[in-house]
Amino acid sequence: MTSRIASAIALLALAAAPAWIGSDYYLNVLSQVLIGAIFALALNVIVGYGGLVSIGHGALFGIAAYAAALLLNAGYGHFAAIVFGLLVTLVATALFAVLSLRASGIGFMMITLAIGQLLWGLAYRWVTLTNGDNGINLAARPQPFGLSLAGADAFFYATLLVFLAALVSMTSFIRSPFGESLVGTREQPRRMTALGFSVWRIRFFACLFSGMWSGVAGLLFMYYNQFISPHAMSLSASAEALLMVIAGGSGTVLGPIAGAALVVIMKFVASAYIERWNFVLGAIFVFIVLVMPEGVLPGSARLLGAAWGKLKGADARA
Amino acid sequence: MRALEIQGLTKAFGGLKVTRDVNLSVEPGERRLVIGPNGAGKTTLFNLITGELRPDAGRMSVFGQPLDDLPAWRRAHLGLARTYQIITLFPKATLAHNVCLSVLGLSRARWRPWGALAREQAFDARARETLAQVELAHLAGRRLSETSYGEQRRTEIAMALAQRPRLLLLDEPFAGLSLDERNDVRKLLARIPRDVTIVMIEHDMDVALELADRITLMHFGEVVVEGTRDEVVAHPRTREIYLGA
Amino acid sequence: MNLLPLLTINSFTLGGLLFLLSAGFSLIFGLMRIPNLAHGAFFMLGAYIGTSLLIGLKWNFWAAALASALAIAVFGMVLEWLLLRRLAGREQAQVLVTLGITLMVADGCLVFWTGDPISVRTPAGLHGSLAVAGTAFPLYRLAIIAVAVAIATGLWLLLEGTRLGAKIRAGVDDPVMARVVGIPVPRLFTFVFALGAGLAGFAGVIGSPILSVYPGLDLDMLPLALVVVILGGAGSLVGTMAGSLLVGFVFNFGQAYFPELAYFVLFLPMVVMLVVRPQGLFGRGAA
Repeated sequence: MTSRIASAIALLALAAAPAWIGSDYYLNVLSQVLIGAIFALALNVIVGYGGLVSIGHGALFGIAAYAAALLLNAGYGHFAAIVFGLLVTLVATALFAVLSLRASGIGFMMITLAIGQLLWGLAYRWVTLTNGDNGINLAARPQPFGLSLAGADAFFYATLLVFLAALVSMTSFIRSPFGESLVGTREQPRRMTALGFSVWRIRFFACLFSGMWSGVAGLLFMYYNQFISPHAMSLSASAEALLMVIAGGSGTVLGPIAGAALVVIMKFVASAYIERWNFVLGAIFVFIVLVMPEGVLPGSARLLGAAWGKLKGADARA
Repeated sequence: MRALEIQGLTKAFGGLKVTRDVNLSVEPGERRLVIGPNGAGKTTLFNLITGELRPDAGRMSVFGQPLDDLPAWRRAHLGLARTYQIITLFPKATLAHNVCLSVLGLSRARWRPWGALAREQAFDARARETLAQVELAHLAGRRLSETSYGEQRRTEIAMALAQRPRLLLLDEPFAGLSLDERNDVRKLLARIPRDVTIVMIEHDMDVALELADRITLMHFGEVVVEGTRDEVVAHPRTREIYLGA
Repeated sequence: MNLLPLLTINSFTLGGLLFLLSAGFSLIFGLMRIPNLAHGAFFMLGAYIGTSLLIGLKWNFWAAALASALAIAVFGMVLEWLLLRRLAGREQAQVLVTLGITLMVADGCLVFWTGDPISVRTPAGLHGSLAVAGTAFPLYRLAIIAVAVAIATGLWLLLEGTRLGAKIRAGVDDPVMARVVGIPVPRLFTFVFALGAGLAGFAGVIGSPILSVYPGLDLDMLPLALVVVILGGAGSLVGTMAGSLLVGFVFNFGQAYFPELAYFVLFLPMVVMLVVRPQGLFGRGAA
């Protein structure tokens, strides 16, 4: 019951954000948190619930953006560009999955890394198509139903809507029979096979779901910046997304959101005070993997719980 | 039509032959016991039947359905279920949820990406019903990690029974159980109706011999003796293998 | 002027440099079963330390290379002992830690050496070129090939001729059995990780006259090491040699003839190999 109230309050606070967040700058940061959260939630489907660590998801994030950007600059409208972007992502994800799912564990990691690098390399070097490192600029953001998304407020609301859709989708997914079977494959793939589940197919469709939402996040990112460059598909971008998932707590719905908040806020806010935020990010990564592999939220809960237990024990003895 | 028909099954790992030209026939409703010293290849045989391992040669069929190219996950849909020597359940989930997954595995619903599984009455009811069969209904809401080893072994059996199998493979169901627990499992197994064919690997002779109709003795990957309980017990090779050098 | 001879020599040079970089990666991957994502960072850090020794303290080039190698080896040893050992058996976690280390080292280098690229002069005595059949082959590039061959020989002697090498090979082939026969696998891990790191650091200095030293060098080199080891096979010296030459040639010729698809031509075989034959061309042990 309390978690429902907390969620409701959080949602209200988000909905009213433009009111209580003074500057456009910070509102934009919040938009980026939400975009990061969508990407992290998508990645979490594979990493957290599926138990397969991917370090190539930046490719899926970026390919949607590039596909859409190319179509836009070819003169097509936003709707067509978005649909095209998502279609390309779907095909790319299917290929990504078919190749990567030949293995699991470290093998899966390596193949995702390799594919990520392959696609990044294309974006970076195929200059005639992608403009290479200079990236592709977009003239304008879309105008759904005639409403302009140029301002920070409007864009924030658009992002918030997509985020809420993602949130509902994720929650529904993870509680569904398919979602539960995905978690089952993470825990006991042998057993699941003996029970009649096709572990490969489950992972494949989970990849598609994950890829689609990664593409959605990529499109939002593209519209936010009105620009896309190969950096979005780089190893550091994939690592950042992975950090969001792991830092926050993989295998939960709130975890990736918290992780995204942590990483984005570090990037934009802390970087004003701490020059080398990448170092801090790396250190947090190492710390979390060593001390709280389950992520900051569950890990802190565990450590706090243990501390609380010790205190109560001390009280009882006193 | 035989419940299980195996012909010329062979499997080798590198130079080591773990299954040598095994022939096995089990009639529907039969209780077949597979015995043999450690390393005889009994669990490997199960792994070959369920599809976790691919044989080098030989044919297998379950109720007339050939298993040759059937992927492991499809074999459960033929009515094949098994338990494992080591516990491969879901420790953080409740007993009911564990058995629920078992029921889900054979249902079309397992592809549905919406609608909470937890709220599926039908699955929950089936799960509890199966847990009642193994006398664990009272622990349905308990986390697996908070139950005893004996209770977990019974949950293993419940998982297999929940699949409503035609052919049930039990891999050492009595392993590590106390005398009382063994009694419980023995009674449980005796209660299983004859429309389920059972093939069981076991070391605990007393309990297993009681349940068995026919016995297959394996040694170094081969079938050495096969017959009724009395035939096998009296056979000179049995004594040789169990009491010999 | 015929580009071919020069392109060929450059490919051998790049191959040699890649060998120096990837030999360590291959050993680490073969023995510890983890792709060390910090390997590019070791290369870069070694190169940066080299620049300080060469430009700041005016050391001899080769002395600087060796000193840098030693420094990075120690660094690697400390990292393995402090961090990776704690996660023994959890390879995925170890890979994530190496990722974190990469981020930290990259930023650390930015702080120490700032963001400007640093160029390094070729060492004394190797400035000119050797004229052969009408083409001028830069001496230093030939020297790199010689160094690579020397190091390869040294590693081969270590692996095939010493007891330590035998233990390493045993660990690569069958880690479980190695433990069973009493090989101290954890200490071996530390040694191999340190050796691999040191080799990368050494390679960084050796490569600096050609590549120069700049932020992002780590992420430029890491994928190349990855391709080399995946194509050639982890844990195998011959495999790393073969992979290095292959990548050297494909990269150089790719850059020359299809610059836009250079990376694609490079990474596609890697993806194919991972999917079709994960142990690479000459790989030993389980993938």
